[in-house]
Amino acid sequence: MRYVEQEKVIKRMNGRLVVNTIFKGLFMAATLLALLALVVLLYRIITQGASHLSLDFLMNFASRFPEKAGIKAALIGSLWLMAVVAPTSIILGVGSAIYLEEYAKQNKLTTFIRLNISNLAGVPSVVFGLLGLTIFVRAFSLGNSILAAGFTMSLLILPVIIVASQEAIRSVPKELRDASLGMGATKWQTVVNIILPAAIPGILTGSILALSRAIGETAPLIVIGIPVIIQFLPRGVFDTFTALPIQIFDWASRPQQEFQVVAAAGIIILMIFLLIMNSIAVIIRNKFQKRY
Amino acid sequence: MRTSVQEMIAQSKGKKNKKFIEKIIPWILLLIASVSVLTTIGIVLTLIIETITFFRRVSVFDFVFGTTWLPFSNKEELYGILPLIVGTLKVTLIAVIVAVPIGISAAIYLSEYASETVRRIVKPVLEVLAGIPTIVYGFFALTFVTPLLQTFFPEIKIFNAISPGIVVGIMIIPMIASLSEDAMSAVPRSIRDGALAMGSTKFEVAWKIIVPAALSGIIASVVLAVSRAIGETMIVSLAGGSTPKFDGDFAGSIQTMTAYIVQVSKGDAGYGTTIYYSIYAVGFTLFLFTMLMNILAQYVSKRFREEY
Repeated sequence: MRYVEQEKVIKRMNGRLVVNTIFKGLFMAATLLALLALVVLLYRIITQGASHLSLDFLMNFASRFPEKAGIKAALIGSLWLMAVVAPTSIILGVGSAIYLEEYAKQNKLTTFIRLNISNLAGVPSVVFGLLGLTIFVRAFSLGNSILAAGFTMSLLILPVIIVASQEAIRSVPKELRDASLGMGATKWQTVVNIILPAAIPGILTGSILALSRAIGETAPLIVIGIPVIIQFLPRGVFDTFTALPIQIFDWASRPQQEFQVVAAAGIIILMIFLLIMNSIAVIIRNKFQKRY
Repeated sequence: MRTSVQEMIAQSKGKKNKKFIEKIIPWILLLIASVSVLTTIGIVLTLIIETITFFRRVSVFDFVFGTTWLPFSNKEELYGILPLIVGTLKVTLIAVIVAVPIGISAAIYLSEYASETVRRIVKPVLEVLAGIPTIVYGFFALTFVTPLLQTFFPEIKIFNAISPGIVVGIMIIPMIASLSEDAMSAVPRSIRDGALAMGSTKFEVAWKIIVPAALSGIIASVVLAVSRAIGETMIVSLAGGSTPKFDGDFAGSIQTMTAYIVQVSKGDAGYGTTIYYSIYAVGFTLFLFTMLMNILAQYVSKRFREEY
């Protein structure tokens, strides 16, 4: 008696294998399509904007004339913005992470803070702009200054930094902690001398990636009323300013074709900025990450 | 002996200081951690208070059920939010049609078919796609995707729902792919090996075993991506237009909730005007939409999770 009809099996199996091959091809094609989108996007922007890139473009202020339009105020403005966002968001983020990982008791308050952080990460950036407009621009009367924009951006990327720092702190092995406490160190001494040094590569990597998000974020800046055309450089954090993404938005939304080229050139500068920041993050991750 | 006593005193003095620090540090850190909670409270309060001011001037019923959004009219200003919601949903629908098949396919490919080397190259590259600022995507939609679509479908206008929809879709592909891939990779190897040993092809394993097992994670990733698409601002501001319309037309200019907020903010609407308060009412609606999506995603991934 034959349990298996070989011919039938082979016939069916062939069909199933064909289906498998077809779908493998489809799945691969979908992945390639996503990668292709990235390539097309980068290629388009580089070919569009490269002709406008020059030292003048970096050194000129914004202008009504596309050929004279430069990015100086926006570039310096973005650097100023980072000077406010980086310390504010890292102090708040790392502090929150230390609290949640090292000090927080397992109670309702802690659960609430955790839940709140994950929900905050899902709030659209434009809504953070409305928060910044009401609280920082109006209630604190900071106006459309670097400080108001910086605080708004800090709150926007805070959840990302907290989560990254939490992961970095959690990955420090328990033995290090126990050894330090066993030697008579207090909890805070352990945190400062043992845990933070071990967690710093992870914290920095996460923070730089979060900052690179802040540098490209446009919507909150528009909502809090950051101006576009600025013919001077800010002297302090209370001065008004303009930033790269806002400048690009302005150029991109102008009807003249010539400004499209200027916008593309601005995007190249922004992407170079991001590339540098991401490279630093990768280098830190690869170089300093210790495996326990 | 004397010195050692002095040392002990000095030490105990130091300890007191230390004890004080040890006691105060947790409170300082708690204070810092509460900033994130205060942010949420700030957002909710800001939106509610300014929205209430708005509703003193415009009736809630007209806002929720009105089908005309005409805030800049000289004669009669009309604030019916439905056209803005329809605009948002048009873009989201197209984004989902683009991103869900591609994102899930890429996730299946990376998790079930691709070799370790391919995965290690492709995943970071997809993350680059996720890290590109939305203003860049918006520029891409306006200057590349729209003209490209127009060469094939001349009836498509400069501002439309299709082009920003496609580009928002491209933007959320990495999110769906990466989160779905995580969910699929979490399915234990033994289940996969068992199915393969029974004679299944890789496709059958992926489609009949892995996808159903990881379904909660996949659905959660799609819901989160939808939430991102709803809140996306710059792509729709640049390529979507500023014509709030209550219809099913995808080829013409639209306006989304986010784009309206940007339009008003750009125009420097005077503080205290109805238009000024309207951006908070729209922002509040937007906030409710995304919050609902986020809670739904959390619920799905918790409630339907398969535990191994």
